[in-house]
Amino acid sequence: MITFNQVTKKYSSEKTAVKNVDFTVDEGKIVVLLGPSGCGKTTLLRMVNRLESITEGSIVIDDEDSMDLDAIELRRKIGYVIQSNGLFPNMTIEENVMIVPDLLGWNKKKKTERFTYLMKLIGLDPKIYKKRYPHELSGGQQQRIGVVRALAADPPVMLMDEPFGALDPIIREKIQDEFLQIQREVKKTILFVSHDIDEAIKMADKIMLLRDGEIMQYDTPSEMLTHPKNDFVNQFFGKDRAIKSLSLHTVKDLQEVIGLAEMDESIYDTKTINVNQDLRNTLSMLLNQEADQVIVTNDEGKRIGSITIDLVQKYLHFEIKGKLSVSQEG
Amino acid sequence: MEQWARFLEINAPRILELTLDHAVLVSLAIVVALLIGVPLGIYLTTNEYLAGTVLQVASVTLTIPSLALFGIMIPIFSLINKGIGFLPAFVALVLYSQLPIIRNTYTAIKNVNPEMRDAAIGMGMKTHQRLWRVEIPNAMPVIMAGIRTAVVLNIGIAVIAAYIGAGGLGVLITQGISRGDNYLIISGSLAVALLAIIADGLLLLIQKRFTTKAVVE
Repeated sequence: MITFNQVTKKYSSEKTAVKNVDFTVDEGKIVVLLGPSGCGKTTLLRMVNRLESITEGSIVIDDEDSMDLDAIELRRKIGYVIQSNGLFPNMTIEENVMIVPDLLGWNKKKKTERFTYLMKLIGLDPKIYKKRYPHELSGGQQQRIGVVRALAADPPVMLMDEPFGALDPIIREKIQDEFLQIQREVKKTILFVSHDIDEAIKMADKIMLLRDGEIMQYDTPSEMLTHPKNDFVNQFFGKDRAIKSLSLHTVKDLQEVIGLAEMDESIYDTKTINVNQDLRNTLSMLLNQEADQVIVTNDEGKRIGSITIDLVQKYLHFEIKGKLSVSQEG
Repeated sequence: MEQWARFLEINAPRILELTLDHAVLVSLAIVVALLIGVPLGIYLTTNEYLAGTVLQVASVTLTIPSLALFGIMIPIFSLINKGIGFLPAFVALVLYSQLPIIRNTYTAIKNVNPEMRDAAIGMGMKTHQRLWRVEIPNAMPVIMAGIRTAVVLNIGIAVIAAYIGAGGLGVLITQGISRGDNYLIISGSLAVALLAIIADGLLLLIQKRFTTKAVVE
């Protein structure tokens, strides 16, 4: 758990990068710091491992004030991933991944075991990659190594500064999915900086939207999209925020709430989608008119119904208005 | 051709001996220059103010004509009765090699990718760990380039050291000039050139052996 208590960062008396920021990152959750450039999100992240000093307030990590610890010791307890992956070209993959365990003085056996475990986590063969150098790997592989390097000493807290920002869109999505899979297993408390709205919606348990060093809204992605607190939040997520919010829901969610349509066996031109597909992609597929009927299949590949634009619209209405009425009552 | 053969038959052992002297003088000077220059270059990356001054002084040293610098050494080292010979030549060569070594070390460390440095600090490396594990290995090609420049430079300048009695291949050339003996001049010059090429090639091999491909790129 990371708690920010009235954290302020001033570079000079006029230039304030972060103003009275007060929030908590719950244990095992991903909080994405989002905002336009210069909003203070990276500064805020770097204050956690004291790469930036704190002018006022305090940051408490698992009941320990970050200022009470030695900076070196503190940093070794926090996983750190940066955009360009920051792998050291003079070290092999194994040396790169095992840097923090090495600094902590782990023995060889423990390091080898941990390396094997981590490489399996990202689906790379430890035997093959052990002796390779970073430049022999693709950008996506390098970034995966960057992520497991931060996990190496099993720190409870991780800081990720636009970790997937330098990757091309296809690889980025793939690595995001993989990372979420890993997170389900390792359950770290993660602070994640991004400037990409779609990435934030996908990765975050909660999003913190910042402007000029101040919190604009701190909420779950769906709450942020369906109920923006002010004009800035509204504008930042854009006119298509309703469509964006669809990426938070799957066909299965829709099926559970309003059910699927009957299949029309007389239509030949059909396409199938998996029930776990998100609704945003599903809607795109429907709008693209790729087929006359879109059939939904379950995990066993069995056809369980069809989906239409009308159904998606109905679901969206339920999601936004439904929640609104609940919050009014509450 | 026959005359060359006869010349070499008589002089080969002496040429070899002088080449060896030359190599020893330059190698010792370079080793000491490295011991001073590399740590100084690294230190200067943490002290901007001093860096400007030191690099300027080193640049000025390099502009002093070599004959003049050897000349200056004579009265200074006369104070300890070592006015001519190995010691003054050695000191002058150390001074000459400082600029390329300090400057390249300084620039190389300064130019290590800031993100790499950021990652090293963020993962909890102490300053010396960052230096030894990340900055120096990645700065190696540029530092080595400075060392190679210094070695080649010194092999050339050490020729002049013959004038203050330090021996080496300069002896052949100065004798050749005073006697009007072209064989001596040519053989001396060729030996110097060969020595420089071999030393540079050797250092390049060492550099390639000890840096990974990625760092070179």
